[in-house]
Amino acid sequence: MKQKINIFISSAFSNNSTFVLLLGLCSILATSSTLSSAVGMGLAVMIVLMMTNLIISLLRKIIPAEIRIPVYIIIIASTVTVVDMLMKAFTPELTITLGVYLQLIVVNCIIMARAEVFASKNKPLDSLIDGFGTAFGYLISIIVLSLLREIIGTGSLTFVNPFTNATVFSWTIFDARYAISLMVSNTGAFLILGLLLAAINALSMLISSHKKRRKEALIAKGGQG
Amino acid sequence: MGIVTLIISAMLVSNVVLVRFLGTCPFLGVSKKISNAIGLGLATIFVVFFSSLLSYGLYHLVLKPLGLEFLSLVSFILIIASFVQFVEMFLKKYIPSLYRSLGIYLPLITTNCIVLAIALENIGNNYSLVETIVYSLSVSAGFLLVLILFSVIRERIDSLNRVPQAFKGAAIALIITALMTMAFFGFQGLV
Repeated sequence: MKQKINIFISSAFSNNSTFVLLLGLCSILATSSTLSSAVGMGLAVMIVLMMTNLIISLLRKIIPAEIRIPVYIIIIASTVTVVDMLMKAFTPELTITLGVYLQLIVVNCIIMARAEVFASKNKPLDSLIDGFGTAFGYLISIIVLSLLREIIGTGSLTFVNPFTNATVFSWTIFDARYAISLMVSNTGAFLILGLLLAAINALSMLISSHKKRRKEALIAKGGQG
Repeated sequence: MGIVTLIISAMLVSNVVLVRFLGTCPFLGVSKKISNAIGLGLATIFVVFFSSLLSYGLYHLVLKPLGLEFLSLVSFILIIASFVQFVEMFLKKYIPSLYRSLGIYLPLITTNCIVLAIALENIGNNYSLVETIVYSLSVSAGFLLVLILFSVIRERIDSLNRVPQAFKGAAIALIITALMTMAFFGFQGLV
């Protein structure tokens, strides 16, 4: 059980695909302008990643090593086609909002990377957890980015249920007159992601220097004692 | 839409990287040196042109007459992957000098979303054969243009060596890109 939790934490946080590995930025940047589209994209990626990881892990002993990449591509493309068709049927408005980025999940490096690095070498259940963890990290990243963009850019926060197209909540955080509408546009996407990366870098540098100082203090103390 | 309008809108007004976020990975990854940027940009133009022609032909000659439109995503990605592989083998055997200068970028192009996006959009927008050729060439030329501009700025920023520690690498690159998108807003009124 503890090993399973470790797989989840490693794939979701310490190897976060967006902020640590910088993979799959196209869809993160393009669909994070509102919370609703970000959640939709994150969940679509989650379904695709869990399905492909599970299928590839189940077939890992049958797939010949020489042609594994084309086989993975076919599995991923078929899964995305299925998800795309289901979403066209049940969440038509969301599909229009996500546009071509939904089908571009096929070339999202995260999915290929997990197939090659994890699912092709591990048991089905572990691969399913890894897929869930990686996609969870993706979902968290895209939600954080969309929250910042929507709140700073419009001054309010709205969430629309993709199935019924009814507004679930719509909060006004501050007056729209003070909103910086640039943040909803593509400039805001690049700018906020850049600033977030810098903040994460600064935080991790702070933590590592703190750890180093504590270690030195401990050594100094030990030397005196 | 006129051909000139199509070229301007595909290259500048809705630039692939800056406005539509496609190809962000190679844009950030292969822009540290201008020579690499030019190599990747030219290789992308080449692959985009031929793979969109191939997928256009496949869609209109095979998939549509047989009523298999739902297979377009699977077949396009296969076409792109095998075309890239084919080009790599061909260059390695017959034009080794070009292979050496482009070689490392070719496999990267399969995972470049620009290629697949253009193949899908040519079908989605119901472009004719001429429009397909013009559209795929001008979108990838827009990629080359932005990649060169960006790598020039980046070389200069890196040589100045004044970037704060936390902003080094991808963070400052994304912020430069944000400033470039603002400059490209100027083209918005053109079409």
